[in-house]
Amino acid sequence: MTALVFIEHENGAIRQPSRSAIAALAKLGDVHVLLAGTDLSAAATAAASIAGVAKVLTAEDAVLADNLAEPLAALLTALAGDYSHVAAAATAAGKNALPRAAALLDAQVISDIVGVEGADTFIRPIYAGNALATVKSKDPVRVLTVRAAAFPPAEPTGGSASTEAAPAAALDAAKAAAAKSRHVSYEIHKSERPELSAARVVVSGGRGMAASENFKLLEPIADKLGAAIGASRAAVDSGFVPNDRQVGQTGTIVAPELYIAIGISGAIQHLAGMKDSKVIVAINKDEEAPIFQVADYGLVADLFKAVPELDAELAKA
Amino acid sequence: MKILVPVKRVVDYNVQVRVRADQQGVETTGVKMSMNPFDEIAVEEAVRLKEKGVATEIVVLSIGPAQAQDTLRTALAMGADRAVLITAEPNPEPLAVAKLIKAVAEKEGPSIIILGKQAIDDDMNATSQSLAALLDWPQGTFASKVEVKGEEVEVTREIDGGLETVALKLPAIISTDLRLNEPRYAALPNIMKARKKPLETLTPADLSVDVTPRLETLKVAEPAKRQGGKKVGSVAELVEKLKTEARVI
Ligand SMILES: Cc1cc2nc3c(=O)[nH]c(=O)nc-3n(C[C@H](O)[C@H](O)[C@H](O)COP(=O)(O)OP(=O)(O)OC[C@H]3O[C@@H](n4cnc5c(N)ncnc54)[C@H](O)[C@@H]3O)c2cc1C
Repeated sequence: MTALVFIEHENGAIRQPSRSAIAALAKLGDVHVLLAGTDLSAAATAAASIAGVAKVLTAEDAVLADNLAEPLAALLTALAGDYSHVAAAATAAGKNALPRAAALLDAQVISDIVGVEGADTFIRPIYAGNALATVKSKDPVRVLTVRAAAFPPAEPTGGSASTEAAPAAALDAAKAAAAKSRHVSYEIHKSERPELSAARVVVSGGRGMAASENFKLLEPIADKLGAAIGASRAAVDSGFVPNDRQVGQTGTIVAPELYIAIGISGAIQHLAGMKDSKVIVAINKDEEAPIFQVADYGLVADLFKAVPELDAELAKA
Repeated sequence: MKILVPVKRVVDYNVQVRVRADQQGVETTGVKMSMNPFDEIAVEEAVRLKEKGVATEIVVLSIGPAQAQDTLRTALAMGADRAVLITAEPNPEPLAVAKLIKAVAEKEGPSIIILGKQAIDDDMNATSQSLAALLDWPQGTFASKVEVKGEEVEVTREIDGGLETVALKLPAIISTDLRLNEPRYAALPNIMKARKKPLETLTPADLSVDVTPRLETLKVAEPAKRQGGKKVGSVAELVEKLKTEARVI
């Protein structure tokens, strides 16, 4: 039994969510990984040394450079015949392409798995994580996306996989599928901070932050803790921070060592994205706020007083 | 240009769902049901395209129990022209739903199909991509902006780290994200008018689609409860506890 895991690369490195997907599939057997795009040599070297990877397949072509679903799904479908499982992390790219590949294979995708019970049986959250369904697939090829926060990433070193180019026929299938869509532009919100889905600490602000410039108050704290800055949907919808900061059922799912929720009420859709964090801190002026029910340490306070105090207290250390 | 918008009837987003005692699903009896919020955004986008003169007709489609009629009436009240209900119980899986939508699309010939990016009950996030695959159409998922430009539609998508714009040749599939628009509330006169709009009812058999599930649900369980609720009296105490008790800083 061998799984094919599509992995994402950035500046020659493999993204952490992809390493979590490798770890999830490694529970079942051998893992081959697929790298797609251009300039893959550094990424291929990085992928080959990830623990648990037996083979690296590279699909080098410009049509694959932007993870467009049409060529990527065609590529995965062309390669799927050799595999029992086709998987990827439940990132934007994974969620975009894997269900498309599944349908091309006439399989029902199993999205966002948080547990592996066997070769055909997986656990996945439903209803914003208020229930966990154990599902058994009857499809011959199981197509999965993996919730990265639920699986500690495979170690970046320790492996010594072989690398080979994907068969030409698979690349041709990808190219043939690329005629109807084209990448136009990116608007990437640059940040020096760790990626939200991979950070050890996340400091999130909600509607209580009241304005975009107040998010600056969170920066010195995030600096001191090496944290990513997240947000509630209300903070994103209000334009305080960009869309990619949204933590929750329909945004990014995080499970850091420490999650600090500031001015966030704790709606179920928000909790769905952070309630598996190891330690949760909530700062809210309303002692009835539901966020306190999941918080290990709740502080009832006005954030505009508590946040500068927190920064000063952390500076003492 | 015709637009097709599939909509799903789901447990309302405000309901705190409970797992059934027999662990075979969640409690739905007596629970408030509504249109999936992402589908409301899809209907709204279609109506705006019609108001701009880009679209000429909006057909809404629901797959589910007979009561999904209410969901379709809501969409008609928001501004859709016509509705199709495919009765199927329990709700088919996303792949089967995609096959049913495909069958309707082949009859209706829409230029754009707009769907919600995920249904908030099964959280599968799969129907739009599966449908795009089956039709061999391009897809613009997680859309926060849609612009029809001649033979193409430009879709700005919410991705990890920011936004991406793609151009898709029509016909195309779009799935909505939260920031695409703010859906309107239907005004009372429109709700009255919606009652008279045409609603056709079909079954999967009428469309020769096999909806046999591919996934068997072995168990539905409640997640482990967090032991939260502790309070601290001051910022100093908080930092102290994080250092010495939780040891996370
Ligand atoms: C389909 C759908 C999907 C959704 N997906 C998500 C999702 O992925 N992520 C998400 O977060 N939400 C999501 N939501 C929205 C969710 O339901 C809530 O509306 C949202 O999480 C509320 O954000 P909030 O807690 O910042 O705002 P509010 O609920 O308005 O809470 C603000 C909090 O700040 C506190 N506060 C205000 N001022 C201060 C102050 N000076 N000091 C201290 N505290 C203060 C208040 O007491 C209050 O508790 C979704 C909703 C729907 C319908």
